[in-house]
Amino acid sequence: MSSPLTDLPVRGGNITAVPAGAPLERKGLTKKEIAADHPTWCPGCGDFSVLALYFKLIEKRKLWHEKITTVAGIGCSSRFPYFVQAHGVHYIHGRALPFASGISLSRPDLHLFVFGGDGDAFSIGGNHFTHTARKNIKMTYVVMDNWVYGLTKKQTSPTSPIGFKSKTDVGGATDQPINPMKQAIAAGATFVARTTHTNPNHVLAMMEAAMDHDGFSFIECLSECVEFYEGAFDASNPRKGGVFNTVPADHDVTDEIAAYKLAGEPFPGRFGIFYQAPRATKNANEAKIIAAAREKTAGMKDWQILQKSFDRLK
Amino acid sequence: MSDATTAAPASGGTLKVSKVSEAIIRIAGNSQDGIQAIGGFLARLAGRSEQEVMTHMTIPATISGGPSIFQVRIGSGEVLSSGDEADVLLAFYQHSYDEHIASLKKGGIVLYDSDHIKPNPDWESLYHHVGVQISGLTVEAIGGTAKDKGKNIYALGLVAKMFDLNVAKLEKLIGERFTSKDPSILNNAMAAFHAGYSHSLGHVIETFAFVDSQKKGRPQVVMNGNEALAYGLIAAGVRFGAGYPITPWSDIMELLRRELPKYGGNFIQCEDEIASISMAIGGSYGGRVSVTGSSGPGISLKTEALGWAVMAEMPLVVVDIQRGGPSTGMPTNVEQSDLNIACFGGHGDSPRVVLAPADVEDCFYSAIEAVNIARKFSVPVILLSDQAIASRIEAFPEPNLEVLCQDISPDLTPVAEHKPYDLSAAGGVTRHLAPGTRIENGKYPVATGLEHDEYGHPTGSPKLHMQMNAKRRQKLQTLAAELPVPAIYGPSEGNVLLVGWGSTKGPIKEAVDRARAAGDSVSAIHLRHISPLPPGLENIFAGFNHVQVVEMNDEGLYGYGQLGAVLRARFGDGKIRGLTKTDGLTFKVKEIVERARVNVATGLRKF
Repeated sequence: MSSPLTDLPVRGGNITAVPAGAPLERKGLTKKEIAADHPTWCPGCGDFSVLALYFKLIEKRKLWHEKITTVAGIGCSSRFPYFVQAHGVHYIHGRALPFASGISLSRPDLHLFVFGGDGDAFSIGGNHFTHTARKNIKMTYVVMDNWVYGLTKKQTSPTSPIGFKSKTDVGGATDQPINPMKQAIAAGATFVARTTHTNPNHVLAMMEAAMDHDGFSFIECLSECVEFYEGAFDASNPRKGGVFNTVPADHDVTDEIAAYKLAGEPFPGRFGIFYQAPRATKNANEAKIIAAAREKTAGMKDWQILQKSFDRLK
Repeated sequence: MSDATTAAPASGGTLKVSKVSEAIIRIAGNSQDGIQAIGGFLARLAGRSEQEVMTHMTIPATISGGPSIFQVRIGSGEVLSSGDEADVLLAFYQHSYDEHIASLKKGGIVLYDSDHIKPNPDWESLYHHVGVQISGLTVEAIGGTAKDKGKNIYALGLVAKMFDLNVAKLEKLIGERFTSKDPSILNNAMAAFHAGYSHSLGHVIETFAFVDSQKKGRPQVVMNGNEALAYGLIAAGVRFGAGYPITPWSDIMELLRRELPKYGGNFIQCEDEIASISMAIGGSYGGRVSVTGSSGPGISLKTEALGWAVMAEMPLVVVDIQRGGPSTGMPTNVEQSDLNIACFGGHGDSPRVVLAPADVEDCFYSAIEAVNIARKFSVPVILLSDQAIASRIEAFPEPNLEVLCQDISPDLTPVAEHKPYDLSAAGGVTRHLAPGTRIENGKYPVATGLEHDEYGHPTGSPKLHMQMNAKRRQKLQTLAAELPVPAIYGPSEGNVLLVGWGSTKGPIKEAVDRARAAGDSVSAIHLRHISPLPPGLENIFAGFNHVQVVEMNDEGLYGYGQLGAVLRARFGDGKIRGLTKTDGLTFKVKEIVERARVNVATGLRKF
């Protein structure tokens, strides 16, 4: 009998069980143990701080190498998995979410983090963003939003503001930019947060809350591209004369309309958890379907279940 | 009806019973009339009677309704195709009669609904006409209006009478079919069946009875190719997959969605084709070889992700139920025009494995083989089936499931070290290591689409790119060396060798039999392994003057089809020619025999 997808993988004869908790006493990983390749990002890139805080999260929450899976698509930020010493995937452009969904729905024992940029999330992968959110597939998705295509050297991105001059919009961008927070709320994401790379403690707090959320948790993290969009987020950085306004203390995170209103505030807007509401995950719904089906096949070996189907085909 | 004892017209109205070894029955009506159900009952009955059976159907691409046919060939001996000409035509409407009478052999029987059909006097001398008020008599039997369902079951009763079919077995089948429904539906079905069965066929000159089948042994199972393929995947241990609906692939995803939860697995319906293959690759990455599939345009959409699976060396099974293309093409017709995209689709050099099941039974076993090749060689495997096998029903010996069913749950035993792309691996073959596996030296792999070093980290090194290209190629060469040499059907030397692949196997074998009986020197081979090709083909080709590649695709710019082009590129042999067509229908035996003769007569052209 192969092990059901809803359980930890167990294989008859090979391994009797995968440690679910902590049979071995192991210390949390150090930054040295968790760091892999030296990042290839430009000096000063906002992505460095997101990576550093991911390391901090792993360290603080005592996650082990083999229990973390880091997935990314294509873009500057999507180089992420190479810099993390853990099982990682560098997939194709825009499709990291469905790939990660395949892991999430078949391997409930793994902590799954997906990193990407605004092009990956809202342009080529826009459809997947919507559907992964509405299905509420358990994973954490951090979009490092820099409002520009950096890897391909300064073309307009789906979040570039109107008027932004790029190589594909020499006279300034004219298309209405996507508002990632509105997009996530409207799509049915059950955890929607906003942060910025210039506030490390806040980034870490959002990552922790996202990781603890049972469902699809989405973080928009402003991450400046110093090469092609320098100063884009200065208005949100107190050290550059801007303001870092958190979500009002009386904001009800389960209020979708209030969250949508927050998302509509002009830049620099608010930072924090805009929306968080419990809703059954796809993982839980699938587990329910499996449990119901297996009530009828309890005690049967796989071949016996198949035999029953074949008996009806005689 | 071959082997029939001479059916001399009986005089004085006495019914004559002829013993037959096989019969071809074509049922023509509209798709909503349940004509597939009649065919299904006949096929299943044949399976339970240890007879061979093959069916073939055409369905309209419209949402509801439209002319449709279902042809059943039942035989006590080997049945290789659904047959060129029908012995009996069961026609429900004037259009069914007008359009399908030509498919009836001269002297055959047309059983028609005289409430809807006015026979053509010119044809009455050519075929035996048996008019029955099928619609009216069904209403009489079960009540309701003529639009009500049930006339298909009434007609089944007529056929049962005509062929002296086993009534008890048919009643059981009808009972099983309507078991979960309202009991009055079952009662009506039984009433319709018995009314049809007891209707006097007194003016038919003969009825028939099948000779006993020579086949004994394991009981048979009866199913269509898509069912066999899906159950094969389950037997192989596949527990996760993802897909998007498209004809004729959808039945497989529906079946897997329904069945996999029983085994602790699931199948996810995705937002699009790209998400489907991505999710399946994610499942494979997670440690369980996963499946996705599609037809026609859906396969095109998946090719970028497929290239990633080749590059990242990820096991995966992609089912392609081919239909008429390009673009939306002919969604409910058969074609074998996806061989090129299966073997070569995508940018860059991306070697992958392509298997083509040859019949319904082979769909089951090919699915298991595909999973095992994918696992062993960490490579995507494309199962190239087609609309004809997908929808046709065959009976085949029940597989030994206890022996065949596999457990392929991931093995997460910790390892000391792991190089996902180890260049020193024998034959270039490395295995994917699932996340969750602890690697004791603390160096973890990245699965990647960038050219990479042995750990999966990016590299721009020309040397590594060449070495990794060689690795991805070599593992398929390793596989090729393990493949069996195809068996030759007929003598190993002669004038013409027919080369087939996929669903054309039956008609090609039958064409060889027919051509040889007529004195032609013809043999055949059938390729199940399309990429890599099996070894030994050059030796086989050397025994023949003509090599004709029979396939349902266009002859292309240079006069041969898609497999023909691959074989020419591989062997550089000018005697390799194409025997192709794109009418959206399966090959008739006659077409193959006649076109092979024409090809020989025109001689070898220089291309």
